[in-house]
Amino acid sequence: MSVPRFWRHISSRYNLIGTRCNTCGEYYFPPRTMCPNCRRDGSIEEYQFKGYGEVVTYTIIHTASEGFDMQTPYPLAIIQLDEDPRMTGQVVCDNDEIAIGMRVKPIFRKLGEDGAAGIIYYGTKFIPA
Amino acid sequence: MTVGIVSYGAYIPRYRIKVSEIAKVWGADVQSITGGLRVQEKSVPDLDEDTATIAVESARNAINRGGIDPSRIGAIYTGSESHPYAVKPTGTIVADAIGAAPNLTVADFEFACKAGTAGIQTCMGLVESGRIDLGLAIGADVAQGAPGDALEYTAAAGGAAYIIGRDPDQLVAEIEGTFSFTTDTPDFWRREGMPYPEHGGRFTGEPAYFKHITSAARGLLTELNTTPADYDYAVFHQPNGKFPRRVAASLGFTSEQIDPGIVVTTFGNTYSASCMIGLAAILDIAAAGDRIFMTSFGSGAGSDAFSFRVTDRLDGIRSGAPSISDLLAEKEYVDYATYARHKGKIRL
Repeated sequence: MSVPRFWRHISSRYNLIGTRCNTCGEYYFPPRTMCPNCRRDGSIEEYQFKGYGEVVTYTIIHTASEGFDMQTPYPLAIIQLDEDPRMTGQVVCDNDEIAIGMRVKPIFRKLGEDGAAGIIYYGTKFIPA
Repeated sequence: MTVGIVSYGAYIPRYRIKVSEIAKVWGADVQSITGGLRVQEKSVPDLDEDTATIAVESARNAINRGGIDPSRIGAIYTGSESHPYAVKPTGTIVADAIGAAPNLTVADFEFACKAGTAGIQTCMGLVESGRIDLGLAIGADVAQGAPGDALEYTAAAGGAAYIIGRDPDQLVAEIEGTFSFTTDTPDFWRREGMPYPEHGGRFTGEPAYFKHITSAARGLLTELNTTPADYDYAVFHQPNGKFPRRVAASLGFTSEQIDPGIVVTTFGNTYSASCMIGLAAILDIAAAGDRIFMTSFGSGAGSDAFSFRVTDRLDGIRSGAPSISDLLAEKEYVDYATYARHKGKIRL
């Protein structure tokens, strides 16, 4: 990942900053600048998600992409946040501990790095709540 | 003008390795190692944890405990001997992750195990002078010890964060005074680009740990005109379980005063966080009016002594974040191979 591409998403990754439409009440993560429901009548404002939610589904990664090979096997899940949006995230727990419907809460972790000399990417992962 | 602690928080990774497991790998005598160090186990960071993530979790616990508006924080100083970047401050990551950025000053400190308390002193200065409203001082480390080296038995991971302010109505502990003692004693260092620190050995005991802690502690006691009997609790830097007890006894503190703050036996030496986590363990149980004495030590070369007086506000915020005993309760043991993988000791 390029440095500017990560930098653009720092607020979302560190603090789960998304958006909410004041007209229809729908929450968006990642953030949307326009509400697809209300279109020109929408009123979008920044919203910080609490980070609590539950596991909708998950998989155990055995063959990882570069940079994640030291972590295998590890769980990767789709989390439904309490405010509604779904997001993909790593759940830090034992592989036999994760389950569909499990409650999770956020934790600040290292997401990856651009090799030994590159930038380190930090952000939100989840742990059992 | 008053200055003191407005809130505090700590973080300890959940993995532990027993010192006996490390001794077994290197063919060392388990009894003499655990008996000599008086440390049973140490904390181990997860694969995706480093000083920055530990600093952020500690700071978030401090903010949540005190119900602090992060935009009030005007300075963040992060002390560590294991900053993830050689150049790029850990504090910039913390500032963004806790929502304190961008209107504040940030710098990282390095003074081996006492960089965190140097951060407290710097925050005190800025707060007392009225330059800033609140300052955040963090001690966090994923301490390094070369495989087979004596440091490896105790080098642990953890962090503690203290929010420093001056409004008497907001303080949970007033800082009555601080006194430092610094020399150029070559006892503990790490050169640029080297993965593990070196330690002199020759200086480690008397000329380094005992001389610096004793001098700083006596300096503060003299300045405040207090004696060890005036304090309810005392906490000293904890490289092992033996040194803090010995230095406490030589200064005239009793085991009743220091036992509540001895944390090294259950999760090792967390370097910059060591006595700051010990202080957190004391704040978890201290009552209004209690006085606490603290002295840090780092790099063989310096000590910072502090005197605190707990206010009646501490009871009200204590339950807002995990206590040290909460953090210690949640643990999972790993073997040496897993520990080596977590610490990046296996290079592919």
